[in-house]
Amino acid sequence: MEKLSTEQLKNTASQVRRDIVRMVHDVQSGHPGASLGCTEFFVALYFNQLNHNKDFSIEGKGEDLFFLSNGHISPVWYSVLARSGYFNLDELKTFRKINSRLQGHPATEEGLPGIRIASGSLGQGLSVAIGAAQAKKIDGDDGIVYALMGDGEQQEGQIWEAAMYAPHHKVDNLIATIDFNGQQIDGPTDAVMNLKDLKAKWEAFGWEVIDTLKGNDMESVVSSLEYARTLLGKGKPVLNLLHTEMGYGVDFMVGTHKWHGVAPNDEQLENALGQLEETLGDY
Amino acid sequence: MEKTLDTKFTYTEKSDTRSGFGDGLLEAGRKNPNVVGLCADLIGSLKMGAFQKEFPERFFQVGIAEANMMGLAAGMSINGKIPFTGTFANFSTGRVYDQIRQSIAYSEKNVKICASHAGLTLGEDGATHQILEDLGMMKMLPNMTVINPCDYNQTKAATMAIADYHGPVYLRFGRPKWPIFTPADQKFEIGKAWKMIEGKDVTIFATGHLVWEAVVAEAKLREEGINAEVINIHTIKPLDTKAILESVAKTGCCVTAEEHQYNGGLGDSVAQTLVRNNPAPQEFIGVDDSFGESGKPMELLDKYGLDANNIVKAAKKAISRK
Repeated sequence: MEKLSTEQLKNTASQVRRDIVRMVHDVQSGHPGASLGCTEFFVALYFNQLNHNKDFSIEGKGEDLFFLSNGHISPVWYSVLARSGYFNLDELKTFRKINSRLQGHPATEEGLPGIRIASGSLGQGLSVAIGAAQAKKIDGDDGIVYALMGDGEQQEGQIWEAAMYAPHHKVDNLIATIDFNGQQIDGPTDAVMNLKDLKAKWEAFGWEVIDTLKGNDMESVVSSLEYARTLLGKGKPVLNLLHTEMGYGVDFMVGTHKWHGVAPNDEQLENALGQLEETLGDY
Repeated sequence: MEKTLDTKFTYTEKSDTRSGFGDGLLEAGRKNPNVVGLCADLIGSLKMGAFQKEFPERFFQVGIAEANMMGLAAGMSINGKIPFTGTFANFSTGRVYDQIRQSIAYSEKNVKICASHAGLTLGEDGATHQILEDLGMMKMLPNMTVINPCDYNQTKAATMAIADYHGPVYLRFGRPKWPIFTPADQKFEIGKAWKMIEGKDVTIFATGHLVWEAVVAEAKLREEGINAEVINIHTIKPLDTKAILESVAKTGCCVTAEEHQYNGGLGDSVAQTLVRNNPAPQEFIGVDDSFGESGKPMELLDKYGLDANNIVKAAKKAISRK
């Protein structure tokens, strides 16, 4: 797949953000906040980093694989998959509606190309990604496995079972990212259940940890993902602490948990779209 | 077994069903290089040591972390591996129900959840480990196949059969040494009930360890002039409803026997089948809404009413209700 330039990536991100707010507005349901916050990551991954094939196969042999653990940010993933060519852009209109393949949380049962496992119940995705990475190792497959988790999701115990396992088994073909936006449904993570020093925690478990301080800056996200790749193959899994702002790109949504799972009304949609340039054409 | 009893099946040795699993896994691994094993710190208990020794690159010690194990297995299955997870039945189901539901059953992953030490016959460890709800939890999950074989040979055959079947499977077995009474060269057909003994007065549908108790009960009933049909329901889901309905149409009543709660187990499945098609008297052998307790396996089966003598009583009661 052809790698997009930074300028093209930025243009794509603007369009993906338009998709997110339009999808959530259309059905008056879904999660815009962290979807907007993770847009640079998804766009950089799918249009610049990932070695992937839009002629989708579940097995993904010889390809890089991506697993989303915090499945509620499905709008950003669906938009990026559609704009990568996995399925028709038109299908974004069906998000969260009856008889759609675009379930509220990602599912394989509906057969949507690009999705390899269901997610939504938090804490499970890292384990799945590690299993997929180990299977690639058994097969001598050079593909890299990526996973994205939320920071609130770090409160799930299974995350730490997986955190312990991967370094023990030297799963060094894996780049896990935490969307570190400091927010969860009930408020700031510091107030709900303080995560304290995540970097020290993951390092203590034996991971190579990198901080991506500007998680909403395209150059920074691309360069951190490239750097993460250079750390692979050395006996350790890589953890990328991606510092983002929830709701980034829409001024009234940014930096607050209040837009975690709330849809904009008509007026708010127009306001949001006014802040996001249409670059590739709306669906 | 009473020496004088003329059972239609005999046994010359005993072995645990978990050993049938371990030996079946080794053979499945030799036959198919995609078979991988995962275990949560119970390699000895699950009899997975031989597989680990022969295929170290395909075996993964997960530690005491069952939720992670289910996710790892789902991930490994994505590129075509056939993961067999191993831990006790309690930790294979209730502890990780949500992980199985989302990452395995809903995601249609080809994972084999292999569960040992199920039921009262675990014995002395007591109720924390004697799960009696697992068949119910697993059969309620869409896409899940649920198998509960009866002895060493059938467990070995089932283990090899599920490696060849694509889809999530729950395979349940136990700890005690148990009579081996089915042939070593049997063909295991998922979803196909096995009529072990023909009869006309009452049908005994049994699963797991209680199939042997049903065979013993049949001999005792025969001594009293009652001809019981014994059907081995090794696959709880998909249930062989055709075999069940045909047998009850002939005998007119039945007993279901399982090392599980009445609620949610084989008895429930048979009752639903009969009520929807051909209602008939049914008696239940199982645990009646109770946890287990510490004790020797046979003492527990006796105390909770899960042995051959209780199957005999239930069969007579079912016949009297015709």
